[in-house]
Amino acid sequence: MAWVNDIIQGILIGGLYALFACGLSLMFGVMKVVNLAHGDLAIIGGYIAVGVIAVTHIPVLWSFVIVVPLMALLGYVLQRTVIQASLDRSILTTLLVTFGLSVVIENGLLEFVNADSHSLGVGNAIITSSFSIGSQITIPYLLLLIFAVAVVVLLGLQYFLSVSRYGRLIRAVADDKEAAQLSGIDYRHVFGIAAAIAFGTVALAGIAYGMYSQFSPTTGTDTILLFAFAAVVIGGLGSLWGTLLGGVVLGVAQAVGAQINSSDQLLAGYIVFLAVLVFRPQGLVARGAQS
Amino acid sequence: MAWTGLGALVVVVVLALFPYVVGPGTETILVQAFIILTLASMWNLLAGYAGLVSVGQQAFVGLGAYFVLILNVHSVSMFSALPVAAVGCGVAALPMWWLVSRLRSGYFAIATWVLATTILLIIEKFPSIGGGTGMSLPHTPNLSSAVLEAYTYWIGLAVTVVALLAVYLLLRGRLGLVLTAIRDDEVAARSSGARVGLARMLVFVVAGIGCGAAGALLAISQLIVQPSAVFSVQWTAEMAFAVIIGGLGTIEGPILGTIVYMVLQQTLASYNAWYLIILGLVAMVVAIFARRGLWGLVDDHLHVRLFPVGYWLWTPGSNGRRGVIPRRGGRHS
Amino acid sequence: MSEPNGRGAPEASRRALLEVRDLTVHHGQLRALDHVSLQVFPGEVYAIIGANGAGKSTLLRTIAGLHQPTEGSIVYDGKDVTRVRPERRATSGVVMVPEGRRLFGSLTVEENLQVGATYARKGPWTIERVYELFGWMRERRNQRTAQLSGGEQQSVAIGRALVANPRMLLLDELSLGLAPVVVQRIYAMLPQILAAGLTVLLVEQDVSQALRVATHLQCLLEGHTTLEGRPSDVTPAQVEAAYFGLSGAAAAGPSGEGSQ
Repeated sequence: MAWVNDIIQGILIGGLYALFACGLSLMFGVMKVVNLAHGDLAIIGGYIAVGVIAVTHIPVLWSFVIVVPLMALLGYVLQRTVIQASLDRSILTTLLVTFGLSVVIENGLLEFVNADSHSLGVGNAIITSSFSIGSQITIPYLLLLIFAVAVVVLLGLQYFLSVSRYGRLIRAVADDKEAAQLSGIDYRHVFGIAAAIAFGTVALAGIAYGMYSQFSPTTGTDTILLFAFAAVVIGGLGSLWGTLLGGVVLGVAQAVGAQINSSDQLLAGYIVFLAVLVFRPQGLVARGAQS
Repeated sequence: MAWTGLGALVVVVVLALFPYVVGPGTETILVQAFIILTLASMWNLLAGYAGLVSVGQQAFVGLGAYFVLILNVHSVSMFSALPVAAVGCGVAALPMWWLVSRLRSGYFAIATWVLATTILLIIEKFPSIGGGTGMSLPHTPNLSSAVLEAYTYWIGLAVTVVALLAVYLLLRGRLGLVLTAIRDDEVAARSSGARVGLARMLVFVVAGIGCGAAGALLAISQLIVQPSAVFSVQWTAEMAFAVIIGGLGTIEGPILGTIVYMVLQQTLASYNAWYLIILGLVAMVVAIFARRGLWGLVDDHLHVRLFPVGYWLWTPGSNGRRGVIPRRGGRHS
Repeated sequence: MSEPNGRGAPEASRRALLEVRDLTVHHGQLRALDHVSLQVFPGEVYAIIGANGAGKSTLLRTIAGLHQPTEGSIVYDGKDVTRVRPERRATSGVVMVPEGRRLFGSLTVEENLQVGATYARKGPWTIERVYELFGWMRERRNQRTAQLSGGEQQSVAIGRALVANPRMLLLDELSLGLAPVVVQRIYAMLPQILAAGLTVLLVEQDVSQALRVATHLQCLLEGHTTLEGRPSDVTPAQVEAAYFGLSGAAAAGPSGEGSQ
């Protein structure tokens, strides 16, 4: 019955995967940009947190307050400069440029930090402990907290997009940026806002990941980018709830894989990802077709 | 044009004579260059001509290396294994194409990456070929190291020449026309009978063969095959950057880009990750500001073309400058 | 380029709201517009007619800022706006209803109007007033626009432009893809829209509709002007000749490329 425990944990970690994924989904949905450096940005968030904590000695849980807005600002700037410039050339160029960015970030980290793994110790005894349901199920509080945060953020984002003025502008620009210009909207600014949200959420997810697990300079592409992408594809583009579902499916698939063979965790997830890509590329929560 | 052919022949002959004059250190560096050049011309074919941005070509590099390893384990000479490995990778490309062919740009890119990682994870499960840690080639030829180096070098030179020649001939022929038509207007190309899907598949398979051959060459030159090394995404980074900097969508580009890459790598060899950082930054800048890379800059200013593929369009009077539109259909007013 | 017809001395003191001078626009190597000029005065309904591919939509889109001309200039309200970005032109009062409606499909009717009103100028038009203009809209305001009929979408598109309170409304091929009955209904609403001193520059393939509402008209053929004047001053035969480029009626213009 140990697999029930793993599946529950798989569901909960799915929330984190969804948090990784929503920024990727946003950037693709709004600007048609596939940001291959997305995972590395999460890791940068983690490393900035490590640095900030080392310098200011604030509690780990407070690092969010500094790092997330900082990363959001970085996102806006990067979007208005580098990414917009490559978008103006072509979609191909954005792929090449974000790929280049990813390689530069990783090797930059390898050069200036080192290749060892880092972890953000939480330091709060309650959070690192677990609670049990019955004799078979043990759930770390931290994981539950991460899941809760992920759901809250996704809810907040959904609300923002549906109700707020900027959310409306983002959706309008995503539909037809030229028509938006005719209504007086500078779509480059709106793109910047979307990128800021994407960078902010992925940094949040990166720090959370650092608290739960370890990260190293290559974790961005080894792990996070593929997880984020898998969650987006499995869940389907255009729906934040689809992304959550995608994250959960991925988490569960990995848990099942781990049960079959402890080293098959990653493989199981990728196989599910490939299967969805081939047989149902619009995802499990179809909103719009892709191929 | 005839001069180009003659010049190329001279270059190849000179290179072939190298093992008699230079030391093994230089040979090793050149073999590395051959690998990168082969990979780069394949990636250029994919991204620059067929519009397929693959971030998973390392799958073929790894498969090529493992084909050699597996054959060698069964007592096949590593040199004889190379052509088999290349063909094997071409065959492997078919089911892979079936998996990813319907996906558009960004999804295609990430799918190729996932595919490569999946293949890596699967291969790591077989201890008979080294599992996760890798394995040296068990049956290396009984030759002195100098001779072995020379043979490796010549095989590398042959692979590169064949790869470049293949790309050139393909693009000169019907495939080149079809690819240009697709690039200009896919819907029109399709409706005029061009087999778009077939053309792209052919390119993918050829790239698979080429990258597989490069991977096999890698195994031969290293005499050891480690999964994390041969399946590393760094291979894609290196071939992509070389192409982007040299000139995406030109045949000369990969050559120029490989030279830049090797120069950077040699000068920064002791600085670990630096050459990739610089290479990456330069590639990003080039991608945005100089779409056709270094060769594009040379071409624009000197109006030189080594490999005659595609055509130029004269637009007299528009702004005085010659309008050079390589490999695009001309719209005649 | 012929002189403006029928706008004699008393109106010379009035400044043109929009002035296009020698506009030449290329699509790649294709010349879509060839030294086209026009002047639109406040309060006019200026119609540009011509066959498919004559360059009408290109002209309007260039005025809106979506294309950059190769030569020539655009002067709006006395200021040169040739290099100004489209969104800035929109907030200064030049608002276009684009060809093919181009609504935000995933947004509801009301959201489309809200987007249009985001950077609106001060003026009489509000979302409420648009609902009054198009009676059916209030009930369906929470429906996604992708689910509306062509005529309904056109109404929403016009409404989206109106709530920005433009000084100059650009209408690009309102009749495209719509049944004649629907087209008539929409053009019939034009007077209600024009009441508050709005200036309209419209592009239309349907010549009879254009003639019915226009105070001035200009005909384009293959990128240059073939006719210009007031509807009352031109005969149907002249219009037909200008439209199709029959010899003897076409105005002088540089010959040459420009056809598709």
